[in-house]
Amino acid sequence: MSVLPYRVRTPGRGRRRGPSYHRAGPLTYLFLLVLLLFSVFPLYWSFVVASHDNSALGAYPPVLTPGGNFRDNVHRLFNAGIVNVDFAKALVNSAIVASIVTVSVVFFSALAGFAFAKLRFRGRKLLFVLVIATLIVPVQLGVIPLYIQMIHFGWINHLQAVIAPFLVSAFGVFLMRQYIAGGVPNELIDAARVDGCHTWRVFWHVILPAVRPIAAVLGLLTFMNTWNDFFWPLIVLTPHNPTVQVAVSTLSGAQYVPDYSLILTGTFVSILPLLVVFLVLGKQIVGGIMKGAVKG
Amino acid sequence: MSDGTAAAPTHAVRRRSATRRRLRRVDAKVSPYLYVAPFFILFGVFGIFPLLYTAWVSLTDRNLLASDSNFIGLDNYTALMHDEYFWHAVVNTLGIWVLSTIPQLVLALVIAHVLNRSLHVRTFFRMGILLPQVTSLVAVALIFTQLFGYRYGLVNYVLNQVGIENVNWEAGRLSSWFALSTMVTWRWVGYNALLYLAAMQSIPDELYEASAVDGARTWRQFIHVTVPMLRPTIIFTVIISTIGGLQLFTEPFLFQPVQSGSTGGSARQYQTVAMYLYEKAFGGTQFDFGYAAAIAWCLFLFIAFISFINYLLVRRIRSADV
Repeated sequence: MSVLPYRVRTPGRGRRRGPSYHRAGPLTYLFLLVLLLFSVFPLYWSFVVASHDNSALGAYPPVLTPGGNFRDNVHRLFNAGIVNVDFAKALVNSAIVASIVTVSVVFFSALAGFAFAKLRFRGRKLLFVLVIATLIVPVQLGVIPLYIQMIHFGWINHLQAVIAPFLVSAFGVFLMRQYIAGGVPNELIDAARVDGCHTWRVFWHVILPAVRPIAAVLGLLTFMNTWNDFFWPLIVLTPHNPTVQVAVSTLSGAQYVPDYSLILTGTFVSILPLLVVFLVLGKQIVGGIMKGAVKG
Repeated sequence: MSDGTAAAPTHAVRRRSATRRRLRRVDAKVSPYLYVAPFFILFGVFGIFPLLYTAWVSLTDRNLLASDSNFIGLDNYTALMHDEYFWHAVVNTLGIWVLSTIPQLVLALVIAHVLNRSLHVRTFFRMGILLPQVTSLVAVALIFTQLFGYRYGLVNYVLNQVGIENVNWEAGRLSSWFALSTMVTWRWVGYNALLYLAAMQSIPDELYEASAVDGARTWRQFIHVTVPMLRPTIIFTVIISTIGGLQLFTEPFLFQPVQSGSTGGSARQYQTVAMYLYEKAFGGTQFDFGYAAAIAWCLFLFIAFISFINYLLVRRIRSADV
């Protein structure tokens, strides 16, 4: 059974270029620039609003340039007396949750991917089909029993509740298997075995170093998804111990008349870490997605 | 597999190598299962089990506030079929899904086609269109809710400039669907464009050359060469956006002016099925887990059905290619 209509490209195989006679003219660049403007504008706008006083929003015509109130708004955001939620704690919580989930997903995906790609065992095919099948199963819909489970564990409003369910990922296992199957030569593994390595040492000394490029992509995507997750944290956490997404959404429900400069300050601060990561490693992320790192 | 102990075969060494060989056999037999076990155990406990258990909960009158629950057969489903709010939410979900998926995928195809040329600063443009994907759903929802504001929203300001009166986006059914679809499209269009671009780059150049010899211009090539070759990827993206679109929650949830539950507006004009599930289970004071589980299971069956169709379609295309 194949769900993904194309294969994950493996390293070593060169990327094809588009037909070279499609030279881009000035109109193409204009189109792309307009597109870029639409892409960036909402994020820019959130900073514009975040750097003004709330009253500036009523201005006519609207102000389109940043103001000088950003620091002031950030101060208000991190002042627990003014805001109904501990924003600093939320940021720390999200960093903890996303880090643990990322390390776990990458590690267990590489481990299982290695077994599926290079080890022989009974039921291997069947088990891998199961992994692929779970790729398209919307497990989020199991929230109600999951919530009951969390009550039994006593995890409601604890970070474990938003960590444990995401420690492994079917997508990660799939990605790793494809990469290892195509990208790690059998000779390398056989050579290690001749040197007397048992399976674990093969994994540790041969596989883990070899999967570093795809591990980076998987790690980045996992970190982003975990940082951005909202539905489940909203259910099991409260504003007393929130992740950053829960905290931001709490801001918007605070007053009857929303204080947009404060809400969008929180929003901007919440996307800033990922924005920085994206600016530094965006090229790898683009490459990862295009190599078949689908289903972000 | 060699053992690596080719030294002088003294008695002790031979015995040690026998033990090692046995260990090695155990290692080869057991290790694979140990390596895949963490995935299956964790996924079973927190993924598959809850999903399957949902089916059981949906057959009970389970409520968080009640200490025990009773088996009530299909009563929840019967009630659901006559639940006007549920059907209202289904229509909303499908409406927003259509309004966001179609423009999104068409636009993504066009963007991918434009990006599939020899460009300067190629990576810069690719990163630029992917930027929205990095933005969290919560951020997208809050920023666009402000942009679509009735009195001070920028969208209405722009409309004023061309002589259109302020639109109360949140209040109307179609207008709220439109605003929400814009959010979804904005976040996903670049991502889909990159998937299409990746697929386009694996189309053999000869196909283009052949059609160029026939005198086909760029856009005709796009229709007659590119799009047909992209069919599997297109179907894939349709399915992915369907699975995501049918579970739409965050954008409409935060679109409400004051976060007062999850009714999706005063007249439920943009309440999605996932929001209705949330409302029944966690919103307000109902905690009606049995009923919410029935909603979840209906949604699951629908998504599974669509995924199955995807599987059939992809298989047919594959066999048609061969």
